[in-house]
Amino acid sequence: MENSEKTISQTIERIHKSEYGQILASLVNTFGDWDLAEEALQESFLAAVQQWEQQGVPKRPGAWLLVVARRKALDRIRKNKPVTVDPGNLENRSFSSEREIQYEEEEIADERLKLIFTCCHPALPMEHRIALTLRALGGLTTQEIASAFLVPVPTLAQRLVRAKKKIKESGIPFYIPPIHLLPERIESVLAVIYLIFTEGYASTSGDVLIRKELCDEAIRLCRMLEILIRKNLLSPDIPDEELSEVWGLLSLMLLNHSRRNSRIDSSGRIVLLDEQDRTLWNREEIQEGLALLQKALSLGSVGPYLVQAAIGAEHAISSHSSRTDWKKIAEWYELLLKMEDTPVIRLNHAVAVSIAEGPERGLLLLSALGKDLSSYAPYYLAVADVQKRLGSSESAKESYAQALAFTNNEVEKEFIRSKFDETR
Amino acid sequence: MKYQLLIYIDEKLEASRSKQELEQRSEDYTTYTQELLKSGKMVGGDRLHPTSSAATVKLREGKRITTHGPFAETKEQLGGYYLVDCSNLDEALDWAAKCPGAKHGTMEVRPVYDLGPKPN
Repeated sequence: MENSEKTISQTIERIHKSEYGQILASLVNTFGDWDLAEEALQESFLAAVQQWEQQGVPKRPGAWLLVVARRKALDRIRKNKPVTVDPGNLENRSFSSEREIQYEEEEIADERLKLIFTCCHPALPMEHRIALTLRALGGLTTQEIASAFLVPVPTLAQRLVRAKKKIKESGIPFYIPPIHLLPERIESVLAVIYLIFTEGYASTSGDVLIRKELCDEAIRLCRMLEILIRKNLLSPDIPDEELSEVWGLLSLMLLNHSRRNSRIDSSGRIVLLDEQDRTLWNREEIQEGLALLQKALSLGSVGPYLVQAAIGAEHAISSHSSRTDWKKIAEWYELLLKMEDTPVIRLNHAVAVSIAEGPERGLLLLSALGKDLSSYAPYYLAVADVQKRLGSSESAKESYAQALAFTNNEVEKEFIRSKFDETR
Repeated sequence: MKYQLLIYIDEKLEASRSKQELEQRSEDYTTYTQELLKSGKMVGGDRLHPTSSAATVKLREGKRITTHGPFAETKEQLGGYYLVDCSNLDEALDWAAKCPGAKHGTMEVRPVYDLGPKPN
């Protein structure tokens, strides 16, 4: 059945990755106790290692794991007091029949959506939301998440413990939120997904620029959210703006991710957008991103993710940076500024304007940002670029030196040094 | 689950409100309290006198120290609270958002320990 995989443990590893979140969601829903659910699921995986070796992998491994985990959880409830769930109700259900397994599978999708909303509840600190989402829905191990976010394993483990404690103590519900809460909640889920993506896309420290797995994971989560929302929330119930932003974010991530193979050259150096080999861009992802963008725009409402996707699309459809419609990009940024006025968006707007309308106008906009972005490396890079175009290489060199002082990423440092050296 | 809906207000700002504003406020609170009572979720609630009426006391090494004023100097002060019994945090947050305090101050929602049945 699993011929391509050499060992049972490889099979189990793959199943762990793909099914962990769904099974956990189902268990949390049944027992209302996160720790119990996790412990039971661990035991269930251990049982799988032993039994599948002898009896082979079952037809529906996810359902098998769920059924066994449920039994393990019940065992624990019977052994331990106080009892938080009345086992009487559960005992009447037969867990092992084929019909039961099939029924469970249909139920699972719904429960995963509940789990997303619980993990991304705005009452949880953002870093807890991220850790919990990756652990519960991504099926990433604590170790994997810790190394992706460059925090010590005990710190990450502590975050997970605190988050689960808060869910229990403060009564964060495990459900699909009522309609009046959906806009706020979907926004929170999207923010978590996008932060996971950006952490993978341009990590702020360490020596690997793109942690591809995090980007893949964020895209996978967003796809899942999109499918689950369409399946579980009937369209009249869900405001168009929300679905539009889900599509917008998915489009934005796909369009950015499509450039991953051209952003770093063979010696590990950063390649800027206008120097990238566009034949390396992933056409399939671009097509999908553009299609999603069109679909979202047709809904008529435009949110911040959608606007950023539109900007990404302008790059994606352009055969060369000199043919890119920078005027249009500057306009999109203006629209974005009306939604979210932040110094970083102002910076991007200024860069677009400096290309569309000339470096003088760009420098004017950039100067106004100096106070807000005085310790932000990309700001100094943008300033240096404009100064170079204006012919003042000494000022540009100074700006590069400042950029260098404010970056921790080795790949970026290398890039800035080379820019400094080539400025005469 | 029981939750405290704590109403934090800027007392200085409140002191500067017009009589008309305060009357409207008072009406809003009455309406809200009635709605909460009708829902059966309300366990209790009180409006507090301003912190200028407060006294603080603590025991240090057996010695009693009493001072005037509130414990902490913050921008916003506790002005009152409701105690509600809700099925989860979202429901409590909904009631907090409906409270007039959400408009003129900030609502903090805190779950209350369940220490079992009270003696009585």
